[in-house]
Amino acid sequence: MRKRCLDAVYRLAKKNKDIVFIGSDLGVGVMDDFKKELPAQWFMEGVSEQHIIGMASGLAMTGKTVYFNTIATFITRRCLEQNIIDLGLSDVKVRLLGSGGGLVYAPLGPTHLATEDLALMRAIPNMTIVAPCDAEEMERAMMASERLPGPLYVRIAKGGEAVVSKPEQGFEFGKAIVHRPAGDLLFVTTGVMLSRALEAAQALEKEGISAGILHAHTVKPFDAPALLEQAAKAKVVISLEEHTLAGGLGSIVAEVLAEHAFEKTPLLKRLGIPDVFPDRYGSQNTLLERYGLSAPLIAEHARKLLQTVRLAGA
Amino acid sequence: MPTADGLDYALEGKKVRKTITEMVIAAGRGHVGSAFSIVETLLVLYKTILKVDPKDPRWEDRDRLILSKGHGCLALYPILAELGFFDRAELLKYCKPDGILGGHPEHHKIPGVEASTGALGHGLSIGIGMALAARMDGRGYGVYVILGDGECDEGSIWEGALSAAKHKLSNLTVIVDYNKQQSYGDVSEVLPLEPFADKWRAFGFDTAEAHMDRPQELEALLKRPRGDKPRVVITHTIKGKGITFIEKNLSWHHKGKLTPLEIENIFNELEI
Repeated sequence: MRKRCLDAVYRLAKKNKDIVFIGSDLGVGVMDDFKKELPAQWFMEGVSEQHIIGMASGLAMTGKTVYFNTIATFITRRCLEQNIIDLGLSDVKVRLLGSGGGLVYAPLGPTHLATEDLALMRAIPNMTIVAPCDAEEMERAMMASERLPGPLYVRIAKGGEAVVSKPEQGFEFGKAIVHRPAGDLLFVTTGVMLSRALEAAQALEKEGISAGILHAHTVKPFDAPALLEQAAKAKVVISLEEHTLAGGLGSIVAEVLAEHAFEKTPLLKRLGIPDVFPDRYGSQNTLLERYGLSAPLIAEHARKLLQTVRLAGA
Repeated sequence: MPTADGLDYALEGKKVRKTITEMVIAAGRGHVGSAFSIVETLLVLYKTILKVDPKDPRWEDRDRLILSKGHGCLALYPILAELGFFDRAELLKYCKPDGILGGHPEHHKIPGVEASTGALGHGLSIGIGMALAARMDGRGYGVYVILGDGECDEGSIWEGALSAAKHKLSNLTVIVDYNKQQSYGDVSEVLPLEPFADKWRAFGFDTAEAHMDRPQELEALLKRPRGDKPRVVITHTIKGKGITFIEKNLSWHHKGKLTPLEIENIFNELEI
């Protein structure tokens, strides 16, 4: 997914000399073609994230569109004030490409996990946030990013994810995609949780439970009308995020649902990472499972919730 | 106005300090000491160095000045107003709900301001981005960044210094307002910077020092032909400069409401 993301930047930069790429201290050989062919538009600036955000802002204030890639947690946590002032307040075309969003760096421990990135970036006015579900959606998002005004944070997943997005669904910032229309149940996803939701929905379907899926690749601005339209048909809404429950997708869904007058308000359950630092290593999937975010555990949650609602309604 | 010997800094400095005082009276607050410290530096820049056009503040080939020590903006506003970037009536609306001039400057609101500053340690990197853009676009403008000495406590300043040297940004000028005092106390006690010039030299800057009791020193340094490196001028200044009882007096770093006696004494010393 990261490769498709950076390849897209290269393609954009070949067509537009005002597109600039900055890396911090990326792996050896990354983007050699870009560096060789467009040296004036390519920078590798070292482990100096705070400086790079400022530099990107200065370039963008002078007419450039800047794509900056490093590890997600360093691009969000480390330089939060620069993100707020130099990008948000200045409202400039800088694109933050955060590698390893969520639990991708599970073996490396909490210093490298980006599990509050959405919450941090969401608090910044003018900031757009996207978390594509696979490499193809990433590519569509990146190609659309050239024309997007203001700053953008892109959460990049591990890579090698099965492709579950469809070209005909297109990509528009702020426009959520209905992967399955809501039944008794509605899953709301962002990033790679879409594939888990699809798997869970397929399992539930075999048991006669119809589960819809609304995929919010754009976390901000959030597509509240799409959520309300789907949620109105469901008895249970479950938000799924590879992110702390404090301030991420589940919080957004809760805010939108709480402020809407439904004829019959659906029950909301937010599945995500509780308010803890993960206490294990292992893989991304190990930790997702630990926090109930594997497809079988999601389906199990859904069954129980539906049963609770049915009993209450009976 | 320039005299035969150049700009009359004594007179121009008094005019700016008088306006600053009027603004602080109107607002009931302001970073007085930090502003008085850089009055001459800004006069040198705006009256003798910078190519800017108040009628076209976004002119693409203009020189860019970033006041990274944004809390010194009380010195900047009267000069920008006098040049015609905005109406002088704005000055007395400093920090007011209907004014454009805040306690820290914002570029979306104020014509002539290049970057929103106030949180310290941001301006140098933004200036580096602008200097790189000038090079990419083949434009000849210069980028000037004014840092506070206390601001140089921020690690991001030194990240920026490494980068400016790497890119040999000969179109970048850093001016450090070295008044040797920060909010709490003397720089030498809070977080010492010495050997300060050596640090900048070691980071790869053409390094010079100017004594701002003779502003012509800075003027002459900035008019020198550029080398192939970024340059820094450490300006030796006095916090609160220009009024005897404000000079080096840390209670004036940020000042609230002025008393009638303080106001009278300031205007007496300014003699205008």
